[in-house]
Amino acid sequence: MNDGLSTIEQQITSDYKYGFTSNLEADQAPKGLNEDIIRFISGRKKEPEWMLEWRLKAYRNWLKMEVPDWANIKYPAVDFQDIIYYSAPKQSKKLNSLDEIDPELRRTFEKLGISLDEQKRLSGVAVDAVIDSVSVATTFREQLGELGIIFCSISEAIQEHPELIKKYIGSVVPMTDNFYAALNSAVFTDGSFCYIPKGVRCPMELSTYFRINAENTGQFERTLIVAEEGSYVSYLEGCTAPMRDENQLHAAVVELVAMDHAEIKYSTVQNWYPGDKEGKGGIYNFVTKRGICAGVHSKISWTQVETGSAVTWKYPSCILKGDHSIGEFYSVAVTNHHQQADTGTKMIHLGKNTRSRIVSKGISAGVSHNSYRGLVSVAKNASNARNFSQCDSLLLGDRCGAHTFPYIEVKNNTAQVEHEATTSKIGEDQIFYCNQRGIDTETAVALIVNGFAKEVMNQLPMEFAVEAQKLLAITLEGSVG
Amino acid sequence: MLQIKDLQAGIEGKEILKGINLTIQPGEVHAIMGPNGSGKSTLASVLAGRSDYEVTGGSVEFLGKDLLDLSPEARAGEGLFLAFQYPVEIPGLSTINFMKTAVNEVRKYRGQEALDAAEFLKLMKEKMNLVNIDKNLLTRSLNEGFSGGEKKRNEVFQMAMLEPRLAILDETDSGLDIDAIRIAAAGVNAVRSKENATLVITHYQRLLDYIVPDFVHVLYNGRIVKSGGKELALELEETGYSFLKNEMNIA
Ligand SMILES: Nc1ncnc2c1ncn2[C@@H]1O[C@H](COP(=O)(O)OP(=O)(O)O)[C@@H](O)[C@H]1O
Ligand SMILES: [Mg+2]
Repeated sequence: MNDGLSTIEQQITSDYKYGFTSNLEADQAPKGLNEDIIRFISGRKKEPEWMLEWRLKAYRNWLKMEVPDWANIKYPAVDFQDIIYYSAPKQSKKLNSLDEIDPELRRTFEKLGISLDEQKRLSGVAVDAVIDSVSVATTFREQLGELGIIFCSISEAIQEHPELIKKYIGSVVPMTDNFYAALNSAVFTDGSFCYIPKGVRCPMELSTYFRINAENTGQFERTLIVAEEGSYVSYLEGCTAPMRDENQLHAAVVELVAMDHAEIKYSTVQNWYPGDKEGKGGIYNFVTKRGICAGVHSKISWTQVETGSAVTWKYPSCILKGDHSIGEFYSVAVTNHHQQADTGTKMIHLGKNTRSRIVSKGISAGVSHNSYRGLVSVAKNASNARNFSQCDSLLLGDRCGAHTFPYIEVKNNTAQVEHEATTSKIGEDQIFYCNQRGIDTETAVALIVNGFAKEVMNQLPMEFAVEAQKLLAITLEGSVG
Repeated sequence: MLQIKDLQAGIEGKEILKGINLTIQPGEVHAIMGPNGSGKSTLASVLAGRSDYEVTGGSVEFLGKDLLDLSPEARAGEGLFLAFQYPVEIPGLSTINFMKTAVNEVRKYRGQEALDAAEFLKLMKEKMNLVNIDKNLLTRSLNEGFSGGEKKRNEVFQMAMLEPRLAILDETDSGLDIDAIRIAAAGVNAVRSKENATLVITHYQRLLDYIVPDFVHVLYNGRIVKSGGKELALELEETGYSFLKNEMNIA
């Protein structure tokens, strides 16, 4: 029976579908963080000296930095000495093909619903899978190689393309940018690197799946994408984590560089373990993502569907340096139970005739808190800058919170900045209308929520959109009776 | 197929339906008329299972089942349809997607296989023609920015799609001009059959020129105070509802 609003408030457990741990043998660093640990990580990865020095410099900076406290989130302080900073699945030799990967690892992928070979065959998605901290397999490498596209783990890139890494790492997110970016710079273990040469349109979606597996491992991946003049790439990032009681830390850095007339589309479906319904466990997700539209007429578009994590702190941003460059941010953030999300974007207009568009859809249920925080900044010389921001919040029940913190800094009077915000509640009458057509309440909520998020979902590549829709439904399962 | 016995219901302690008795057989069309606030929409909502209304007495049997015991979605599965007086808006959800879910949920309830995309499209085309609705309307967000007439036509379209055993139309004619009424009525008539029944709630007799009822009931102050054939509607049109007060006083 549908009890209307009274049941909207009722919270029932919805089990995390991806909560399993793999029995992979792992090669781990001891707990804690000091210069020796950084040397250990760098040594395990057989890094050149300059990389180690860069890490150590970041570490020394990090020691002087403070945990940021301005976000609208509350959580117990993280003990950074109680974390394992390196955990790699043990693998005896380098893989030539997917068929050679550890069968246990294979099963993990299958449980995640990313059967690599299926993806390889059917959808033409090149996958660089990251389990814990080391990239285990990269597909499609050769095919892409023929076009001059480099798609590999960042560790390999450090070995094989040091000139590119040296040039771009930390160029968008400096190692001293913020506490978590500095930490990541010191201890990052793996991640992806993409390089699209001049004039090349990457013929397939590039994809990385991240997954936190071993206990007490923070995941510190680092992704760098460089799109040369006139090139195009669409990149997908999907994340899951096994269910654990303790909170695990995730602090990633993503840097994007788009040259003249280049376009980068970066899509994320974030599904880390959110903790149980009492708020126990779950991932702390502190991520720094930033792209620079370095060239004229370049474009960077972030699309994110954030359904997981206990705490999300994340502001994928665009620096619009090139004249006529475009930045976009499309976001759906869903929080249920005790989840907290403080997410949004920064659009920094530096060039002339730059445009940005922000569409943020926050959905809160349970006793969760969902904040949009966005900065639109127009520099003195950025004449004719345009921004449009739309921030909508949808509430399920009346014990959750939705907050909007828009910051606007305009230093050029030719700028046009528009901000619209709405807050609505899923109405009992909407649910009843669906019920009357034979649709149960759970499905009705999924329909209403997906409708609410549609403008953002439409930005996702097809194969991701379907998964993302299901995720929204799963996240809100049980949030309405 | 529908037997309402001494149905009493209210909201927030306020008594609205004070003992309704009504029996509807397959193939019949019943009309319920009555002044504003007499409880017509409340009756429709209670039959459809809206939970803010509390049933305080009486019983309702629908196709051999205790209707009041079923969830709203199960009632829909059993073949009860309500065309709402005030259809709600769902931003971002097209009528097509909404109906695709609804049709397949109802089929699931009935133990039938889900329609695939092609089958669904075929059904939709057929019903679109039947109720004369524009495809553009069906691809837009459900009821969002629709005119009053478009909303009502959309309700009739949904009714056609779900092929209910009992359709309750709550003031589907209000806000419609005469052409729109004719089209809506044609839609209703097109889905009429020997097995199905219709309960038309209306204010005005003019709808009943197009959907000719077998029975007309007058609902007043939570009770059916008068029942008759289709001529009762004409009579009401002439005399209005003022007679009710006198009649009630005598009674
Ligand atoms: N949700 C509600 N809350 C309070 N009173 C209501 C509610 N719904 C209906 N009523 C009251 O019940 C009576 C019958 O209303 P309704 O069933 O809508 O009448 P009708 O459809 O015949 O115009 C009216 O007095 C109305 O004010
Ligand atoms: Mg009414």
